[in-house]
Amino acid sequence: MSEVFTTAVLVAVVASTIRLTVPLLLAALGETFGQRSGVLNLGVDGIMLLGAFTGYYVVLKTGNVWLGLLAGAIIGLALGVASAVIAVTLRAEQGISGIGIYLFGLGMSDLLFQKLVGTPIPIETFPPVRIPLLADIPFIGEMFFQHSAVIYLAFLAVPVSRFVITRTTFGMKIRAVGEYPEAADTLGVSVAGVRYATQMIGGTLAGIAGGVLAITLGIFQQNLTNGAGFIAIALVYFGAWRPIGVMAGSLLFGFVNALVLELKTLDVIPRDLSNLAAMAPAVITILALVFVARRFRAPSALTKPFARGT
Amino acid sequence: MTVNLSHKQRRALAYSIPVLSVLAALAIGAVMLVLLGANPIEGFAKMFIGAFGSVDALVSTTLKATPLLFVGVGIVIAFRANVINIGAEGQMVLGGLFATIAALYLPEMPSIIMIPVVLLAGVAGGALWGWIPGALKAYYQVNEILSTIMLNIVAVQLMNYLLRGPLIDPAEIERGTRIPQTERLAESADLPFLFGSDRLHIGPVLAVITAIAAYYLLWRTPLGYRLRAVGLSEHAARYAGIPVRRTIALALTLSGALAGLAGAVLVFGSESHRMVTDGSTTGFTGGAGFNGIVAALFGALHPIWTIPASFLFGGLLVGGQSLQRAVQVPSALIVALNGLVVVFVVAADRYRVKLLETDVRDLQILDEDAMTGGDKVSAMGSIHDRAPGGTGPFDEGGPP
Amino acid sequence: MRKRSITAIALIAVLGLIGAACSSSDSGGADFRIAIVAPSASNDLAFTQSIVDAVNTLDGVGEIAVTDGTFIVEDAAAAIRGYAAEGYDLVIAHGSQYGGSLQEIAPDFPDVSFAWGTSADTFGLDNVYSYEAASDQGGTVMGIMAAALSKNNNIGVVGPIEVGDAKLYVDGFEAGVLQQNPGATVNINYIDSFSDVALASEAAQSLISNGADVLTGTAQMVVGAVGVAKTKGVLWFGTQSNQTSLAPDIVVASQVYHWEVILKDIVDNVKKGKLGGEIYQINFANDGLVIEYNDAYDLPADVRKLGDDAVAKFKAQG
Repeated sequence: MSEVFTTAVLVAVVASTIRLTVPLLLAALGETFGQRSGVLNLGVDGIMLLGAFTGYYVVLKTGNVWLGLLAGAIIGLALGVASAVIAVTLRAEQGISGIGIYLFGLGMSDLLFQKLVGTPIPIETFPPVRIPLLADIPFIGEMFFQHSAVIYLAFLAVPVSRFVITRTTFGMKIRAVGEYPEAADTLGVSVAGVRYATQMIGGTLAGIAGGVLAITLGIFQQNLTNGAGFIAIALVYFGAWRPIGVMAGSLLFGFVNALVLELKTLDVIPRDLSNLAAMAPAVITILALVFVARRFRAPSALTKPFARGT
Repeated sequence: MTVNLSHKQRRALAYSIPVLSVLAALAIGAVMLVLLGANPIEGFAKMFIGAFGSVDALVSTTLKATPLLFVGVGIVIAFRANVINIGAEGQMVLGGLFATIAALYLPEMPSIIMIPVVLLAGVAGGALWGWIPGALKAYYQVNEILSTIMLNIVAVQLMNYLLRGPLIDPAEIERGTRIPQTERLAESADLPFLFGSDRLHIGPVLAVITAIAAYYLLWRTPLGYRLRAVGLSEHAARYAGIPVRRTIALALTLSGALAGLAGAVLVFGSESHRMVTDGSTTGFTGGAGFNGIVAALFGALHPIWTIPASFLFGGLLVGGQSLQRAVQVPSALIVALNGLVVVFVVAADRYRVKLLETDVRDLQILDEDAMTGGDKVSAMGSIHDRAPGGTGPFDEGGPP
Repeated sequence: MRKRSITAIALIAVLGLIGAACSSSDSGGADFRIAIVAPSASNDLAFTQSIVDAVNTLDGVGEIAVTDGTFIVEDAAAAIRGYAAEGYDLVIAHGSQYGGSLQEIAPDFPDVSFAWGTSADTFGLDNVYSYEAASDQGGTVMGIMAAALSKNNNIGVVGPIEVGDAKLYVDGFEAGVLQQNPGATVNINYIDSFSDVALASEAAQSLISNGADVLTGTAQMVVGAVGVAKTKGVLWFGTQSNQTSLAPDIVVASQVYHWEVILKDIVDNVKKGKLGGEIYQINFANDGLVIEYNDAYDLPADVRKLGDDAVAKFKAQG
């Protein structure tokens, strides 16, 4: 057991946690905007998959990782608009339309991959960025400051999201629309407009999350996300619709996953019980909420379509 | 919408909207087929024939529809209590596991006892996996979307653990092939076949009975009244003295129980009469945990309408497979088409509801007692029609 | 009018179909039809691709139909039944999880031949062949070479779920490493998923950070692990398909499945009227298993010799 708690193991687990966290974090932040404005988008995973394929394909063709990420973002934006048309304009039942978007993304990304690419061909990945000085600190440097630029940007998106939601007029409108759409409407806020905007932010971030995943792994495959989008949605609830909380949830989920993997490598977890250990991230996320939650309330208008005058 | 439609015309139009939406989605599918170099007319002909064109096709469709109907009815019950159950995938797995364990470890019994016992074990497994998020929501304010997504992950790992370890077929260890599956389960637990068929088992009949029972439960019993009252307004229900928390937990438990039954029927009605895993939830459930939600919506969130809705949706899935075999397109296309159909149907649903609402208003049923009248609207409409000012799932029992 | 044009189009479609059917049966006089039902994509560089590629190399075969991505067991059963009903001569159920279903389906179609793998059981039915890969043999050969190449005496394995073909390969690999270097460390990380590419990649990171300088892995999600090996400059041994294209700098060799070796026999048998009842295995002795080396990787001659000797030993065993 003593070899388990070495610094090397700690460094590896922390670095791994950060990598596993980022796609979840980006997608969950996007979903946070949507839910704060009263729209649940269960199709995040489908958008991530199409973002991942698009990002992968563009990098494959151009060799430029940033162009790939941009393409993933654009596809995400487009699907965000589509989600908004369905959920806001057509006022569809959100839980169900999201499942449709998920299935569409799952099938479509696979179909496009098979037809346009064929077998998995590796692509360029994001270059690591060593933060000057900080990267050279023993252990700490390796844990936190030798990642790729997108990882720093993803964590930077947390305070930015928090600022936008809590400190800007736009954020105030989002919250108003999510809590009291009728009142917001009376005050001249366009409920539909705000919800379109949050769906576009959510779609773009989901597209980026998928792009980050594919370009970090340097590969695409059928169902690349493996349900990460659904976990991201769960983490929005975990984080009680607050960017900091969402980040905490993503880090917790990523950390438990990384820790379990490390313990499997070190043979601390016997292979017979391996599946039981793989449950840990899910179980701990639920338990954490049982002990921590209770203080927060969902946006009142979540999943409720708004129609003026009814 | 034109106002001049007669009551009957409006009604007919309303019911044809889901069909029209499916056709619109298939039109996009036709374009995709052409782009893939396949003949869409041939494809759709094969799709229709494969789903409804022969006795064999009808049997396949009915069998595919069975888990959708079980899950769909469970979804209806949960929705009526204002609870979203997206954990049916995991609940089906638990139902399958409990039923399998019962069949493996119970002594040999005559079918007449064995079958009800193993199916009830499945019900218990699903109910447990529904009760957990229900209780977490009711007593700890853990949102059910979070807990069910997480419990789906737990369920698949539990299945893989059990099937590659404690429950594995001893012959697999002997041969060294280690396929994660149980031995063939006791023949006394095989679901009996109907009409001398060698595939059509009693599962579909059970599903239809379940749907009718759910209708009776929701609209003819005090429990159903409580479920619907909580769904319409938690505040009002609380003032009426209804134990809101217990009712919410119960709604998810019932929903899970039916998903568990679907899982059990999948095991004992399967070709292989055993439980086997490919490592994923969907490999066992066939995605019925999600598609059942869609079937429930197709069925206007009404247990009885969910019967034909599941049948048609099952036909779509079975037909999609024959289309794939006939014109040899990647099966990924079928998944994408499935998604498009769901999106189109759900997006057009508002118009159907609108037509029916006008209809109901014409008939002046709304003047009846508030509770019953409201029901008639929501029975035919979707959950949009819930009383305005309904509260968020977290409103209940917060800190003072 | 509209009805009539639809009828016309349908008629043309049907005629086209008949034409297509005729032309395919004319090609080389081969009207032998094979259908494949398989769990992942037919270009997965792994399990499913191995069978699709093999069937495509067969001579004297007419139509080949593929239903891939069928990881839902009951859907696979429906596809197997569907192809059998449509009169295909040989229906290949390429997934060990399909066996239980096939056992029930095959007796309903006594005139159709079925092949099922990977497994070693024909259920005593005379219209079912079964086939398996002695992937532990290739695992052992590559384990021996991996042990010889590792400078840290530390080798990592990324596995999916500890079942079936994956377990066979991994166990063989571990045995090979320990045979060559009993003091070596083999860390095996089963990630408990066949599809989580990101987790497979992190498993590789974890193995490398614990000192592994040679890695292997099996199943379709290892593409993530190969990527990490490439970035970190760690050697990789592949299995099921040739994985050199994923990372030409660091892939040493791949164990490749050549199912055509046994499929030829099966097709010939079926043509002669023998529809099943035999268990086939691909191994080094029948050239169904082949170690394909990456020419771009400069493998030391002595290590290559260790590999060749190990293969020769298996060949001699038969």
